Amino acid sequence: MRGWLVVPAVLIVVVLFAYPVSWLLVLSVTDPEPTLRNFKMLIEAPVYLRALWNTILISGSVTLLCMLLGYPIAYTMAHVGDRLRRLLVFIVLFPFWSSILVRTFAWMVLLQQKGLINKMLVDYLGLVETPLTLIYNRTGVLIGMSHILLPFMILPLYSVLSRIEPSLSQAAASLGAPPVRSFVRVYLPLSLPGLVAGSVLVFVIGLGYYITPALLGGPGDAMIAQLIEMQIADFGNWGLAGALAVILLLGTTMTFLLVSRSLIEGGP
Amino acid sequence: MTWVYSERFWLSLRAAICLGVILFLISPMVIVVIISFSSAPFLTFPPPGLSLQWYRKLSSSSVWLDAIATSATIMLPSALIATAAGTAAAVGLARGRIPGAALIASLIMAPMIVPVIITAAGMLGVFRSWGLQGTRLGLIFAHTTLAIPYVVFTVLAAMRLVDDQLESAALTLGATRWRAFWRVTFPLILPAMLSGMLFAMVISFDELVVSIFLSSPTVRPVTVQMWSDVRGDVDPTIAAIGALLLAFSVGALGLETVLNRQRARPVVAAAAEGTLPQGVAP
Repeated sequence: MRGWLVVPAVLIVVVLFAYPVSWLLVLSVTDPEPTLRNFKMLIEAPVYLRALWNTILISGSVTLLCMLLGYPIAYTMAHVGDRLRRLLVFIVLFPFWSSILVRTFAWMVLLQQKGLINKMLVDYLGLVETPLTLIYNRTGVLIGMSHILLPFMILPLYSVLSRIEPSLSQAAASLGAPPVRSFVRVYLPLSLPGLVAGSVLVFVIGLGYYITPALLGGPGDAMIAQLIEMQIADFGNWGLAGALAVILLLGTTMTFLLVSRSLIEGGP
Repeated sequence: MTWVYSERFWLSLRAAICLGVILFLISPMVIVVIISFSSAPFLTFPPPGLSLQWYRKLSSSSVWLDAIATSATIMLPSALIATAAGTAAAVGLARGRIPGAALIASLIMAPMIVPVIITAAGMLGVFRSWGLQGTRLGLIFAHTTLAIPYVVFTVLAAMRLVDDQLESAALTLGATRWRAFWRVTFPLILPAMLSGMLFAMVISFDELVVSIFLSSPTVRPVTVQMWSDVRGDVDPTIAAIGALLLAFSVGALGLETVLNRQRARPVVAAAAEGTLPQGVAP
């Protein structure tokens, strides 16, 4: 009876979003003529294959980095007092709510040849002799993207960890398991759903990244989103842009579907 | 190897890693703010001294003032429309018996799942043929669409917590359906609606990818202006505008926290279901 209330939102989304997106996807097989030429070109040209591989590799590495950096924080958030937890949640949500452009700009300043990181490494700590090249290469992309995507790992992980019974680890300890074994055999398997959910989010969002790789990466780090932009802005090749969009969208949805199915089947 | 068995060793290792990660998460933002008060004529850290010169420069630059005005005039209407349409949709989805409700819900949520670059490219092509490319209206439409899922998500979460027996009680006491909604359910979902609106405002103000595609030299939001400056001559004015953007986000986050003291944070709840919004991203 109140169903009609969804009409305005549905209209907006269909006209202003679904139609433009499908229009672009359809162009992949109709522009310049109705063939599969665009997809053939993507498979045959090494430039595109390399960008596809880059995209998967960068997203994958960022996912791994976020796991390593995010797990200890999520664990701490789940096992400390209320006040500290609230502080940590704020620390994680603050970057989450902040402009991606501002954060990427900050990394541009920090990672420069004469930036703070190099100044610390060379002048204060004396760890290296000459400044490292941390920007306009893969390192810059990985640092910048991990910073932006880390909250997407921490939050789902935290919500799973906070529901794990502490008595299980205590039981393992009382039965004589040392901390490492009790963690690996008891805690880690229980935290797996959170780890998987966070990883999927980070990986999938990373696949479509545009701003950070464009600003922090070098010419060899172009990802699929930059390719789409380039095809449209520089070459006006909408058909090829459409084909790239189809591949990106397929990659995104397939990852989601595969993982959600495996979670449902093997999940708790 | 006895250290492997020591609880203390693992505790201090974890504390050290956590401190490092917290530093990693927070320092970029802190550094932008510090540089924005720099007295140096160029980008350097740490700054030799403090001054307000970049904010002064900002407040006398017609380019930046125009950009801020453009962003504000896009943000307000799009946040209002998104809040109205999104709240209505959430109520409809929660209470109406619609055939294919799940399908409709996923359609409405799609703008936050589809990678923004695809949305941006599609909108550029279609909006151009409608004469909307490079206009304020085009950007308002685009931002509205991107924000709707966040409003629906937040309000829907609140609707699930509202006991629908309450409204039935009002009905049996003689209230009309309309009155029962406005006097009983609406006040209960108001905080969620407001935080949805804050989400929508932040999304519009910080949005970059779609805005790059849809803006023109005359209609240029803050982020697009910043984007074109970052890639050219960088001076600390950018840090000043960046600090303002951060202040806006922190203000919104703080307000949202106050609004939802009692309720579970929507973002964390979303994360728990593995459907965390992504539109704020790339």
